[in-house]
Amino acid sequence: MTLTPFTPAPRAFVPGAPLPGPRPLVAPAPPLPTQADISREIAARSAAAERDRAAGAPVPAHPARDYTPYRSSTPRHPQRPPVEIDHLADPEAVELTGPAFGVTDVTDLDADLTRQHPGEPLGERITVTGRVLDRTGRPVRGQLVEIWQANASGRYAHQRDQHPAPLDPNFTGVGRCLTDDQGRYTFTTIRPGAYPWRNHDNAWRPAHIHFSLFGTAFTQRLITQMYFPGDPLFPYDPILQSVTDPAARARLVAAYDHELSRPERTLGYRWDIVLDGPSATWTEEGH
Amino acid sequence: MPRATTDPAGTDRPTAAPEPDPAAAPDPAGTPAAPLPPTPSQTIGPFYGYALPFRGGEQIAPAGRPGTIVLHGRVRDGDGAPVPDALLEFWQAGPDGSLTGAPGSLRRDPVTGAVIGRHGLDFTGFGRVPTDADGRYVLHTLPATAPAGHPGAAPYLAVCVFARGLLHHLFTRVYFPEHAEAHAADPLLSRLPDDRARTLLAHPDGPDRYRFDVQLQQTADGTHEETVFLAFR
Ligand SMILES: [Fe+2]
Repeated sequence: MTLTPFTPAPRAFVPGAPLPGPRPLVAPAPPLPTQADISREIAARSAAAERDRAAGAPVPAHPARDYTPYRSSTPRHPQRPPVEIDHLADPEAVELTGPAFGVTDVTDLDADLTRQHPGEPLGERITVTGRVLDRTGRPVRGQLVEIWQANASGRYAHQRDQHPAPLDPNFTGVGRCLTDDQGRYTFTTIRPGAYPWRNHDNAWRPAHIHFSLFGTAFTQRLITQMYFPGDPLFPYDPILQSVTDPAARARLVAAYDHELSRPERTLGYRWDIVLDGPSATWTEEGH
Repeated sequence: MPRATTDPAGTDRPTAAPEPDPAAAPDPAGTPAAPLPPTPSQTIGPFYGYALPFRGGEQIAPAGRPGTIVLHGRVRDGDGAPVPDALLEFWQAGPDGSLTGAPGSLRRDPVTGAVIGRHGLDFTGFGRVPTDADGRYVLHTLPATAPAGHPGAAPYLAVCVFARGLLHHLFTRVYFPEHAEAHAADPLLSRLPDDRARTLLAHPDGPDRYRFDVQLQQTADGTHEETVFLAFR
């Protein structure tokens, strides 16, 4: 499969010819690819992944770093394969352990993103909860979970977010908590809005919450995004579609859970997280 | 698990079988028959800056205190351009070789909720530094030590790199030139060709000061060698 990265057409320079006007201080931005261009590339990568699956190749659990429909990846992905470290062959690797966090690192208010300002934020109040497990099914206890997100209008409280949607003075969109003994985390927040970005023309991110997670080992470190069920933007989004296995992609989508909804207060979503990577406890137990 | 109901791009086909639900996984005390499928990574994106960096994140040990070293460098992309929105995390053994770390990297003020940072008594072993507009980072920490159970090992700092444009983080390591003898027996360095191993070595550039650059992708002209990145299994 060949994917042609977008390059602007070269402009001919004729020596001695008059310049076509004052030299622009900043080169004009090249025209963006269309959604049709990006969708075609997404379809090609999905078809290739499906062929690999049909041929019995192992299904990649994570996105390929050279997923070009996400244009920013082009100059930022390594070209060489990573060097593998086998935890059984190198049981002393520092990465099989990881940082610890505790009660001094969070406050009770951190997990409720609707109570960080004097007023109530705008939008649909939600509860997001789930369990953090390692691949053996063991809960990850007492570890740090961090989230950040756009407000209900799809705007981040970040000065580089130029989306002309309103900021909400009562919503920052940052939360933290520690997992409990069952590996459970819970946040109260606002359902974030979809937002435009400049990957291609008419590019919109489906609504999502960014999650950062620590396991018992540094190898299990994960930063990812949680999506909301039934979002019509899923097929258009090269970031979500970078996970080419449909079953793996489904693991990024929370489930609406009516049992979690609280009358007159919040709608409930459940999203469980499984951290990849070996840990020192695996070695001790002979995994 | 609910799926998208519309599929104009023809790429989001419904799954044939329902996803295994991690919540339905065996009792925490038990071990599942097969490893649970992991949650996929997604990029950190451009807007983590008001959420993840924290005050003192770059000072695993206090800047300027005798015994503290400075590690600094630049993150560059395949065009040789600085990466101004990368986030670097560091993890290392304690000065006594312990690998338990200690809580308190993001210690909070109970009155205002603000991060007041480490109290300076315990070594937490964890650092987090965003690159600046010029792609640079500076970390203050104690010299790398070997794990207590393996005192002859080559000491290193473990590094995790996140950035917009990176759909999945990258692991690498910083080794130090003082331990050249141990490097010969290091299970990673000893199986890398010299030009690759060099990318994992910090260069002294002043008293207690080292430079370590991260090259995300080899440049086309070959002037910047791609850093060795690691995958754990
Ligand atoms: Fe986002």
